[in-house]
Amino acid sequence: MTIVEPRTTKTKNRQTSSQISKFGPLLVVIAGAIIVVVLTYTLPPFRNYQLATIGAYLCVTAGLTVLTGLNGQLSLGHGALMATGAYTVALWQNKFDLLLPGIMLAVLVTTVVGGVIGLAAARLRGPYLAGLTLAVAVVVPSVTSTFDRTFNSDQGLSVALEPPPGVIPVEQWQAWICWAGALVTVLVLAYLIRGRFGRDLRAVRDDETAAKLAGVGVARTQVMAFVVSAACAGLSGALFAVLAQSVSPGAFPLALSLFLVMAIVIGGLGRLTGALIGAFLLVVLPSVAQSIAEDAGSQHLEGNLALTFFGLVLVLVMLVAPGGLASLKFPRINRKQKGQV
Amino acid sequence: MKRTATVLAALLLAAGCSNGNSNSSGGSSSSNTPGVTDSSILIGTHQPLTGPAAAGYSEIAPATKAYFDYVNANGGVYGRKITYKIMDDGYNPANTQQVVRQLVLQDKVFAILNGLGTPTHTGVLDFLKTNRVPDLFVASGSRTWNQPDKYPGTFAFNPDYTVEGKILAAYVKQTYAGKKVCFLGQDDDFGRDSLAGVEKVLGPVAAKQTYVVTNPNVGPQMGAFKAAACDVVILASIPGFTALSIGTAAKIGFKPQFVVSNVGSDPSTLTKMLGAAAPLLEGVVAANYLPLDTDEANPWIQLYKKVNSQYNGNAAFDNNVVYGMSVGYLFVQALQAAGKDLTRDKLTEAVQKGGFTGPALVPMRFSAQDHSGYAGEQITKLTGGKAAYLGTPYTTDDADGAVTAYSGAAATPPQSGIPPAQ
Repeated sequence: MTIVEPRTTKTKNRQTSSQISKFGPLLVVIAGAIIVVVLTYTLPPFRNYQLATIGAYLCVTAGLTVLTGLNGQLSLGHGALMATGAYTVALWQNKFDLLLPGIMLAVLVTTVVGGVIGLAAARLRGPYLAGLTLAVAVVVPSVTSTFDRTFNSDQGLSVALEPPPGVIPVEQWQAWICWAGALVTVLVLAYLIRGRFGRDLRAVRDDETAAKLAGVGVARTQVMAFVVSAACAGLSGALFAVLAQSVSPGAFPLALSLFLVMAIVIGGLGRLTGALIGAFLLVVLPSVAQSIAEDAGSQHLEGNLALTFFGLVLVLVMLVAPGGLASLKFPRINRKQKGQV
Repeated sequence: MKRTATVLAALLLAAGCSNGNSNSSGGSSSSNTPGVTDSSILIGTHQPLTGPAAAGYSEIAPATKAYFDYVNANGGVYGRKITYKIMDDGYNPANTQQVVRQLVLQDKVFAILNGLGTPTHTGVLDFLKTNRVPDLFVASGSRTWNQPDKYPGTFAFNPDYTVEGKILAAYVKQTYAGKKVCFLGQDDDFGRDSLAGVEKVLGPVAAKQTYVVTNPNVGPQMGAFKAAACDVVILASIPGFTALSIGTAAKIGFKPQFVVSNVGSDPSTLTKMLGAAAPLLEGVVAANYLPLDTDEANPWIQLYKKVNSQYNGNAAFDNNVVYGMSVGYLFVQALQAAGKDLTRDKLTEAVQKGGFTGPALVPMRFSAQDHSGYAGEQITKLTGGKAAYLGTPYTTDDADGAVTAYSGAAATPPQSGIPPAQ
């Protein structure tokens, strides 16, 4: 599955680039952290909540773009993996109320689940893989209603949360937690895809036979890619549980999984910048759609307009910039001296 | 790498800039209460305008809004006009989180009114409590709303589902003595509370089943009831699933007596959903506590019909419209009782003091120890596509209290149709 044109030449470029780029991701993440902290002090509470939501989305889109863009595996089931993380945190919090271990446990549990799905996924190609992951996404509500004593069916569970320390507003606290998760995710992924793992991913995506001849374990790489991206999805789900202070199957519908794929395609497959743009759009587009529907005076539009909006943007972006928004070239002089990304 | 940084900065700054235009609503009032100025009150709600519960329920909030428009056209409350911001959550708890935060944090509403749904509203209770937002007249009968110690700002509207279950069961016990009674409930607090009420009166039911809103198929449940040879089936379901259950039962040749919770029994909604199969509704027993839409002689219905034609675009008049306008009437009563110098605390205190008389057949139970809504219901029976009341209203509590007949007379609306200042 080559969704994106091979980018092997760029990989070569990167290897020859200067020493500074070794610390590149770290510098970007530090800069991002500073911007986020400054923003959380200046934004009003609802904007902070939206900022936090972008952070939570960024975790999953970053993982998904690595899986789909760099490894060529299409997953329509990341919503279900997020649900796994979210329910883990909810169950943990309602028993122990210790957030950090809860989030780590959520990542761990989702990693295991992702490993199981990944093992099956590594044997499937193209539409069959999409079919398998789709089934995973669809099964969430049934699982919660079958085991309703644990998961409380459609009503879901509430998540007990300690109020933030001191006088920090809740929304600001949430933004910090979510962006801490997001930035760590981005940092880890950025270093992962720069090294051998990243080269393996691309090699497997571009030509499995050639990769095998070059000594790359195809199945192992694919499973690993799925596991890494599942861990990211689990973290994202855990953060959503913290954000909403409740989990329910309705929060992780099939549409969410589809939106995630759309977002990374619009943002630019295989690029972490694209994942960031995608996460941003996931939060902004629905709220734009909603305000349009409100101005149009039709209440019934609200629920449906966001979908239309995403579709339109997807079509437009694919026409104008097939590589996604992140591939748009800005007329800058200094860009030519360095490689892309 | 610079590129990544640029994009990151640009996006975050865009997020930062976009708040500039949205922070203006709410405004500063003389009393410094969010959402209240000398000439306006902004309140909000979350409603299923789309999604699985939209059928019927989506008419409620527009009706409430229409009643507010009527009040506004007649001078408002203490000179303040009420703006009612309706947000669609699609009956999805995750969306409810989002829209209620927007209402409270961004739009700075004074109060949340009539938020609809047990699973949806449960998730925002803590948020509303933290932000000290009055959470009035929740459109659901879950007992969760009645926790004055834990959620001092939350008040229910509907009779709670346990009260309703007890009243329905008392009717079943009396009318269908010795018959086999079965129960189908929504798999959440709604179904569970209702079943608790039913079993308090009837003892264990012969068979019980649940459904989930996301799975529109009750074939297995109805099949199980048929196999258990149930004579009476009590439904704690939203309208879509009432219609589905009655239709599915008919399809497999199973014709029990259906006894339906108030929230899933509006005849107009069910008739519309069943279409050609609407005659199946003949004889269905349900309950209500507000005047029935078809009761032309009732002064409340006359008032509501007038408001409906003037301010609601002459929408189809059914029990959902009656419900919506009754919510509006009660809220205006609460505002009048809270006085001219309106604050959140004063509103909550006024509601807690209670003593509201309005369209309903039974009294409200509001007090400092009790935040549950109406105290009881009266049984209705559907004949010829219209519901009619049977007997007298009954009241009871959600514990082991007896189901007793209520004899108080219903109030009549004031001449102007607007509750007077107190």
